[in-house]
Amino acid sequence: MSYTEATVQLLSPQGTLVENDLSAPYLPLIEKLDDAALKDFHRHMVVIRRFDIEAGNLQRQGQLALWIPSLGQEGAQVGSAFAARPQDHIFPAYREHVVGRIRGLDVMKIIEMLRGQSHGGWIPAETGNFHLYTLVIGSQSLHATGYAMGQKFEGADEATMVYFGDGATSQGDVSEALVFGASYQAPIVYFLQNNHWAISVPVDRQSRTPLYLRPSGFGIPGVQIDGNDVLAAYAVTTANLDAARSGQGPRFIEALTYRMGAHTSSDDPTKYREREEEQFWSERDPIARFETYLKSKGADDAFFSEVAAEAEDLAADIRARTFALEAPPASKVFANVYTDPHPGVDAEAAWQAAYEASFDGESA
Amino acid sequence: MTELTMAKAINAGLRAALAADEKVLLMGEDIGTLGGVFRVTEGLKAEFGEGRVLDTPLAESGIVGTAIGLAMRGYRPVCEVQFDGFIYPGFDQITSQLAKLTYRHEGSQSFPVVIRVPYGGHIGAVEHHQESPEAYFAHTAGLRSISPATPHDAYWMIQDAIASNDPVMYFEPKSRYQRRGEVDLENRGAAMHESRVVREGTEVTLVGHGAMVAVLLQAADIAAEEGTSVEVIDLRSLSPIDYEPILASVQKTGRLVVAQEAPGNVSVGSEVAATIAERAFYSLEAPVLRVSGYDTPFPPAKLEGVYLPDADRVLEAVDRSLAY
Ligand SMILES: Cc1ncc(C[n+]2csc(CCOP(=O)(O)OP(=O)(O)O)c2C)c(N)n1
Ligand SMILES: [Mg+2]
Repeated sequence: MSYTEATVQLLSPQGTLVENDLSAPYLPLIEKLDDAALKDFHRHMVVIRRFDIEAGNLQRQGQLALWIPSLGQEGAQVGSAFAARPQDHIFPAYREHVVGRIRGLDVMKIIEMLRGQSHGGWIPAETGNFHLYTLVIGSQSLHATGYAMGQKFEGADEATMVYFGDGATSQGDVSEALVFGASYQAPIVYFLQNNHWAISVPVDRQSRTPLYLRPSGFGIPGVQIDGNDVLAAYAVTTANLDAARSGQGPRFIEALTYRMGAHTSSDDPTKYREREEEQFWSERDPIARFETYLKSKGADDAFFSEVAAEAEDLAADIRARTFALEAPPASKVFANVYTDPHPGVDAEAAWQAAYEASFDGESA
Repeated sequence: MTELTMAKAINAGLRAALAADEKVLLMGEDIGTLGGVFRVTEGLKAEFGEGRVLDTPLAESGIVGTAIGLAMRGYRPVCEVQFDGFIYPGFDQITSQLAKLTYRHEGSQSFPVVIRVPYGGHIGAVEHHQESPEAYFAHTAGLRSISPATPHDAYWMIQDAIASNDPVMYFEPKSRYQRRGEVDLENRGAAMHESRVVREGTEVTLVGHGAMVAVLLQAADIAAEEGTSVEVIDLRSLSPIDYEPILASVQKTGRLVVAQEAPGNVSVGSEVAATIAERAFYSLEAPVLRVSGYDTPFPPAKLEGVYLPDADRVLEAVDRSLAY
């Protein structure tokens, strides 16, 4: 499954603006962006790609339990993230590192989680309403829908956006989320990143029809975009979030993109997919085409070197901070299992502390 | 005798079952082309075809629910759940449907479905990848639950599970997947639901299952160096539990420590402790003690060493038992 006649694309893989019936409603949203905004798109895509490489290196060096690369999906993520307003809420899956960064998350928190220091570890109220990662496939779609129902009940000028993958669309939770979202006309945008693979399983095992068609059966308008086109991701998500926020009910976006790397650091894609397919998508890279576009609009070398330097700085900073991390204290095992005191956990925590203390001075 | 890793032993057992009965099907996420994320089903799709080894859509409820329908149609589906923590989307189909359908059909229909669950910690993985959910299923009537501790048992018990006319939860201790051991391909040894003495001793009995058995054997070695003789029993079956070897052992030693990775509250270990207290009260010289994971979520990987019982935690309980 790849681009279809319905795919909205504003920027071609060659880096030129696309003017056709599908792009026409969205191009005005791009015209409103100033140069600084466009440069920010690029900056974030480039910086996160460098971060991703660094994190992969750290994993190979034994510093992280796992790394989940977002390589190739930067366009869909950066464009959609910039479409959200500060008051909106974002429920990610586990690959949306740059969305978190744009919302104000220190991506070191993601490193800490995948190092095995925490199971989440950030405070959404302090990270631009970027909620925790969810590793159980599809679950967050229901949480996001419930959150959006609350926004609706309160008449808030807010919307929610939830990210999930093509594999997740097979989970009951995602279908149930669409049912609830439609039933309560919740202000939510379902943002599907169809990266064509769920580990080793191709998307056609999850769906025989293009996935943007699925929500229509639930009464939710769906649209398919070129997810490697940051401008399409930005404009289409902006229009849909605005619609949701203004009381027009839920929306569904299928962003066609590609997981250029392994599923995670534990995976070896050569076991199940062809080089030609990777080649096809590498020719549609989100960063390369946007760089061409920016250059055509007059961005100079100084800008690109500045971005490259920023990327190196972040990588170096992440590296240094990873090496400086200390193991969490044993007491963290027992902390926050409940909000209110619990005698069972308190007793076990006390037992464990005494047990650990019994070893003090024993080995030297 | 052949030396195999546990992963390869399960693979060999699955291959034997697929070859023996064309109604045996494997189902799961990434089990075909990839051979499973732990490579337990490696090569089986190539050998038996995609009609026998199904790379399913990503939906645990769907996998188990359709396996039930296939079983009604005469198949013997073997479902793989990718990781312990991802079994819950299939929980309703396993506990409310699979477990109860024989009862509801009043015996006119059997449900020979196997659910393979890689479980347990010691692999330093992220959330939902190190849990021990076996008590939920052992608690559920209508399901049989077993867990091998060695490649030999893994090879035979997967075939037993597939041959069973009842649903079987087959818990695979994933930290042992790459451990090698002798597999006797001719002689099966203990039956599916038997527990077994794996090390003889006289002073304290240790009981555990899955990956915990290796920890108990290590504890027994250390105890022996310190002059204490410890007997170790591999439970093998969590439902039903075979109490005879445990009772016989406790009659000899008078002391019992039950160990598991799972949280202690309302667990398999609790059940063993309660039953032995009921049935061997006059043989006991000390209360039955439990060593388990704490009653918390499985913590972040950097803290798994705090959470998971090791030989030291087992020996601490052995010392407490001996002190009575
Ligand atoms: C309920 C559940 N089942 C299985 C898994 C194991 N698993 C992790 S990621 C993944 C594939 C997800 O594919 P997709 O939804 O397309 O997202 P992507 O990883 O491609 O971004 C699977 C099967 C899981 N995390 N949760
Ligand atoms: Mg995917």
